[in-house]
Amino acid sequence: MSPIPTYFAQVPEAGLKAALQQDRPEIITQISASGLKGRGGAGFPTGVKWNFAGAAKAERKFVICNADEGEPGTFKDRVILMEHADLVFEGMTIAGKAIGAKEGILFLRGEYAYLRGALEDTLARRRDHNLLGKNILGSSLEFDIRIFMGAGAYICGEETALIEALEGFRGEPRNRPPFPVDTGYLGYPSIVNNVETLAWAACILANGPQWFRSHGTEKSTGRKIFSISGDCAKPGVYEFPLGITVAQLLKEVGGENAKAVQVGGASGQCVPAKDFGRTIAFEDIPTGGSVIVFGPDRDMLDVLHNFLEFFVDESCGQCTPCRLGNPKLLEGVEMLMKGSCSMAYLKELCSLGQSMQVASKCGLGQTSPSALLSVVEHFREEIMGRTLSTH
Amino acid sequence: MLMTERERMAAEIKSLADKLGHSRTSLIPILLEVKRKYHRIDSYAMQVTGDLLGIHPVEVHSVVSFYAFLGDHPQGRFVIRLCRTISCAMQGKDRVQRQLENDLGIGFGQTTPDGSFTLEWANCMGMCDQGPALLVNDRIFTRVTPEKVHEILEECRSVFGVHAAESKEVHLV
Repeated sequence: MSPIPTYFAQVPEAGLKAALQQDRPEIITQISASGLKGRGGAGFPTGVKWNFAGAAKAERKFVICNADEGEPGTFKDRVILMEHADLVFEGMTIAGKAIGAKEGILFLRGEYAYLRGALEDTLARRRDHNLLGKNILGSSLEFDIRIFMGAGAYICGEETALIEALEGFRGEPRNRPPFPVDTGYLGYPSIVNNVETLAWAACILANGPQWFRSHGTEKSTGRKIFSISGDCAKPGVYEFPLGITVAQLLKEVGGENAKAVQVGGASGQCVPAKDFGRTIAFEDIPTGGSVIVFGPDRDMLDVLHNFLEFFVDESCGQCTPCRLGNPKLLEGVEMLMKGSCSMAYLKELCSLGQSMQVASKCGLGQTSPSALLSVVEHFREEIMGRTLSTH
Repeated sequence: MLMTERERMAAEIKSLADKLGHSRTSLIPILLEVKRKYHRIDSYAMQVTGDLLGIHPVEVHSVVSFYAFLGDHPQGRFVIRLCRTISCAMQGKDRVQRQLENDLGIGFGQTTPDGSFTLEWANCMGMCDQGPALLVNDRIFTRVTPEKVHEILEECRSVFGVHAAESKEVHLV
């Protein structure tokens, strides 16, 4: 059903073998040259992150793989971990060599506990084959990976909240700086990378940065794994070059008659049909890979209501704009559904949303109003003046 | 709770800490195991865990109350978590919800009186292309229909029989 990401099918351990022949700065140079950006959605240049952590001096360093895939509509990391776990672990080992870390941690979300057995088996096999442990493949490299289970919190996808959870605290994001590359897990330099980012890193080491750059756009190089769900004929996991237009993507998945598409999950933006010519890339519509298709009959207020219930539930409650703002937005959507929201109040809600975007501490509160703001902008006609019968 | 049962739990948490480590980094792994085994993390378990890791029980409670998979409320042997996020909602999770409530006679957030089933909501569990999805403990079910609900519950009940016998033996020892 889901076309297997073809570009992940490569000679096993080719990337790791290449990395073992190089010194640390060379590996980081290649990642930087490829233009690889974080595939979890934030789009931070991976080479820069590795370089900071590599330059830091410390007794211990950590490579953390973020498999706390909780963004609504995202499931590509699950598929990657099921079908290409070796590639992810290979990428972690390469990252370990690049930054000088001996310890890797896979942070697996609690909802994916059923993947753990197979992943532990893969790790055991890699230890048997001398791909983990001491003197990896006869080199001086030492690296091992353990799995840490999350306990069910969307916010732990945020890297500092994830580190808090690893350390045994509530998953509340930290103030930054200091950044994890400097003061991360247990105060040691740590890199936190998405599952897909690490898999691509292994591919880049195997095939070279130019190969990676030959796909995608100038600012958004390479290909990307997408999770596509909603009102389309063929939902599933797809691999497309970045820079693909929304219209092209919809054609591939059989969702041409959509009235809107939510790109980037609940925290992303709602793209109406008139904008389907826009491209999915870091310079236009950024995404962690989640694409939810809304057919012609979908009620955008139902969608918004669902998203805001999600954010009210998942806000960690640490900062006020997010803790109090999201319930206010939800209440506003409920008023819109009942048809009891004045235009003046809707404007107030939008201005509250904008305040949350600047005043919230982490990505959750900064992005949770996006869906509301884009629906109000593009579907105002549909959401105003409701009576029970228009619903 | 009987004193002996408390002692047994304390011993068990101690052996978990010996295995997983006595530092705070082991807190969530220990709590997840306690929850899995006892279906709740009560104040006594929090006290014991705090003592073993050298932290105040309030710190343990702060963590227990934060995470969806922990929590100090008692749960049934089978925790059914139905995904309520957008893609599953668009694929008919409401009807699955209704059927689960009808078949078990409880609402979401509740546990059956015999302690076998708990219904809970889950936020996106990464099965958006195959919804509606639900988890029964660690097991995932996709494309669940109202008709399939009965089948899933029956399967749990047949497993439950075996487990009940096992746990009875443990109590007698």
